[in-house]
Amino acid sequence: MGKIVAVTGNEAVAEALRQINPDVCAAYPITPATDLMQRFASFISDGKVDTEMVLVESEHSAMSACIGASAAGGRVATATSSQGLALMWEMLFIAAGDRLPIVMPVVNRALSAPLNIHGDHSDSMGARDSGWIQLYSETAQEAYDNAVQAFRIAEHLDIRLPAMVCMDGFIVSHSIERVEYIEDADVKNFVGEYKQVNPLLDLDNPKSYGPLILTDRYHEYKRAQHEVMTKVKNVVLEVAADFEKMTGRKYGLFETYRLDDAEIAIVILNSAAGTTKDTIDEYRDKGIKAGLLKPRMFRPFPYEEIAEALKHLKAIAVLDRADSFGGYGPLFSEICGAVMSIDKKPAVINKIYGLGGRDYLPDQAEKVLDELTGIANTGKVNIIKEYIGVRE
Amino acid sequence: MKEPLWKRLPAGSVILEAGSAAKFKTGSWRSMRPKWIEENCIQCLFCWIYCPDMSVTVKDGKRGEFNFDYCKGCGICALECPGKKGNKAIVMEEEGK
Repeated sequence: MGKIVAVTGNEAVAEALRQINPDVCAAYPITPATDLMQRFASFISDGKVDTEMVLVESEHSAMSACIGASAAGGRVATATSSQGLALMWEMLFIAAGDRLPIVMPVVNRALSAPLNIHGDHSDSMGARDSGWIQLYSETAQEAYDNAVQAFRIAEHLDIRLPAMVCMDGFIVSHSIERVEYIEDADVKNFVGEYKQVNPLLDLDNPKSYGPLILTDRYHEYKRAQHEVMTKVKNVVLEVAADFEKMTGRKYGLFETYRLDDAEIAIVILNSAAGTTKDTIDEYRDKGIKAGLLKPRMFRPFPYEEIAEALKHLKAIAVLDRADSFGGYGPLFSEICGAVMSIDKKPAVINKIYGLGGRDYLPDQAEKVLDELTGIANTGKVNIIKEYIGVRE
Repeated sequence: MKEPLWKRLPAGSVILEAGSAAKFKTGSWRSMRPKWIEENCIQCLFCWIYCPDMSVTVKDGKRGEFNFDYCKGCGICALECPGKKGNKAIVMEEEGK
């Protein structure tokens, strides 16, 4: 049994990094992830970890240094947010293409312009096609647990892919919650010794990373990368099963809440799922069969499993805390992709909420559930995509 | 049945063999060809230093003929060549002439 503490999301994830003790961490500060790395840097200065901290001049350099350190043969971590993740963008694809299992907490924050430091998912959704595994976290506890599991998933020898652990900026990163820490020795044992694959520092066996590969083989390398992603799901479940044995806390590819007998449901990521669950409880008390699905693993996206979980519904609202301007919200597109395989398709609508940290309040969830009730009764959808919580 | 190519590739496009760039013969890219004029050569080895593709072969501290397997015909050697009494030891000629 671990220690129960009152900590912020950033503090909890920094603690996970301390317990894992990566070999190298290259980072650049950006709100709201600054505090996470600042806490981890204190562990380094206080001699609590052996990590080599590389202070760089930008996030592009941070990810570049992480790629170098990982190719050299080290266990590597960093953290970022928003513009920082955007600046890393081209390097993200290199980390994934080179199959380097870097673990990166992403403290979700809006993208400029206008400049905004608060939580939404525009940053990590913008990086969804980079080849990284993405896990999303509702609470500080989930962020901590996902961080611990992410190392096992990313470093699994069948996978060897980088992983992002996403949590909402400020709402989770800076709010104090009850978190149950795992014992240091248990975390160490859970993640295990880092196993090197093709390390550059093995000087007796020289090798090259990042070659030029043109029309003759690039397509085949991408085919292989696609194949690896198809294996991630089983590893995530296997790691979650081991994690449950250790902590009693159960994780899957997604979480369902009162969904089994539901007729209408909200699909939503991260912290806003909590508010939605409370609202669903109120609607259940009124006799309305409402439920929730909260994806945990967004990349790779578990289309088949989610379709199975949603197939009995009459109407679904997908709430996106990010917009694809000129398109539907990113989560909505995925849910539509999943629902496509269902014979009797539920009606699906898309709501964009909470951008730039706009509060997501129960009345927003209520309005959505009321609309879903109407759609379930009439089968008629008026507007597919709509912003909610917009000030008059 | 043979495994498809994509299954046989090393993960992450890592090249596990050292010095494999030697297999990539870039000489076929050439449209201009350097010509070495030995009587004008003072053996300063500027051409050897400046050649981006190690196409100037050197033995016992003296240069010999070009290695045309790798020479792309960039002309840097000809540009840098000081020659002897104003006569270049390397001149560029059109390939195929």
